[in-house]
Amino acid sequence: MTTDDIILRVVGLHKSFGTTEVLKGVSFTVRKGETKVFIGPSGTGKSTLLRCINQLIIPDAGQVYLHGEEVTHAGAKINQYRAKIGMVFQNFNLFDHLTALRNVEIALMKVKGMKEAEAREKALFELRRVGMEDRADHYPAQLSGGQAQRVSIARALAMDPDVMLFDEPTSALDPELTGEVLEVIRSLAQAGMTMLIVTHEMRFALSIADDLLFMEHGTILESGSPADLATSPNFERTRQFAGRFAEL
Amino acid sequence: MDISAILIDWFPFLVTGIIATVGLVLSALGVGFVIGLPAAIGQVYGSRPVAFLINVYVWFFRGLPLLVLLFLFYFGIFPAIGLGDVSPFIVGAFVLGLHGGAYQAEIFRGAILSIGEGQMTAARSLGMSRTQAIRHVILPQALLIALPGWSNEYPTVLTDTSVCYAIGVAELLTRASVIVSTEYVAMPIYLACAGIYLVLNYVGMKGLHLLERRVSVPGFESGGD
Repeated sequence: MTTDDIILRVVGLHKSFGTTEVLKGVSFTVRKGETKVFIGPSGTGKSTLLRCINQLIIPDAGQVYLHGEEVTHAGAKINQYRAKIGMVFQNFNLFDHLTALRNVEIALMKVKGMKEAEAREKALFELRRVGMEDRADHYPAQLSGGQAQRVSIARALAMDPDVMLFDEPTSALDPELTGEVLEVIRSLAQAGMTMLIVTHEMRFALSIADDLLFMEHGTILESGSPADLATSPNFERTRQFAGRFAEL
Repeated sequence: MDISAILIDWFPFLVTGIIATVGLVLSALGVGFVIGLPAAIGQVYGSRPVAFLINVYVWFFRGLPLLVLLFLFYFGIFPAIGLGDVSPFIVGAFVLGLHGGAYQAEIFRGAILSIGEGQMTAARSLGMSRTQAIRHVILPQALLIALPGWSNEYPTVLTDTSVCYAIGVAELLTRASVIVSTEYVAMPIYLACAGIYLVLNYVGMKGLHLLERRVSVPGFESGGD
């Protein structure tokens, strides 16, 4: 592994909300094409961690580097970094006043400065990639949750990000709609996209992760290859957590 | 002289009153919009001093009766700044505009605040600046949400214009009163005047409903979610 392969480096992130310390020094590196999956109980800082990476939440301490450039304390340049860090939200957060197509186009035009025709072509390409081209003219209110989430993935992909952050992308979906979204994410992994995924879908996590990270109380407690989950002593607490899921 | 002859005689005179009334309405809605929308943005996104100043403005113009405002400006503030010979119509249009702006600021502020935080977050996550996010994501949605409430301003503002009678603006009610005091017939003239207000109300509301239908977006329909 050369240092050129490292896309994202997170060093000692700390974040408190009031007196609650949500992140207590989280560090890791992400290689190109790698899929890191964060699991763990709710309220252990997984979502906060993702939001600290693109500075939607400003960490109290620690640094984030994208291709070796510091994203933390980036000032106005933060918008350039954010354009390279795609984010997919639990509640989709599609722009409700715009059609699916316009949702994907708008940042291409306003942030990347593309002309409308070029943005349209790119947006249609991305919608095709997530199987939503035939819904291009639908408004968010006219889409199912699964469809909306696929559009939001297309919106993030259209920016040609270096890394994609998925913040519980299927938590707001009916069980029968999660499959279509997970399929899209799986296809991205196969296409070599670098991804950080926070999820409660254990089976999906195990099948897609190159690196599985178990977070609890604001720290990465255990991590490693999912292949080692069943046997490795590294994963004792994770097994206990995953076992609780299996019983359900 | 029978009443229809009187009305026909005075018709051109009444029409100038209608024009003045419509002018006052347009100022209340138009100037009110130009002031109200930025005021709402300032209240929600502005720095603390900016938001404070806007709050004072809104409090002042919503807190005082329209008639008191008209007297204050016509007899007090305009003469005090050397604009004593400005026409009553200009003062009326000015006050109705500021008054409308304060009410519209509240309508737009409510609309902006009703938009989920996720919209701003998503826009910022794509690399939009705060200003871009407000302009391309928040405001278009706020306008769609505010439109029904904003349309409701129209009948209020239309009836409010008649208060300008008190400072001698040559609007519809003033014109009607002149006819009454000249011809010594009250009720038919005031009924005709009332009829004209109702027609203006009907036409304006029809137009606004057309506009609402024109710009409607699935998920933003008025009266339901």
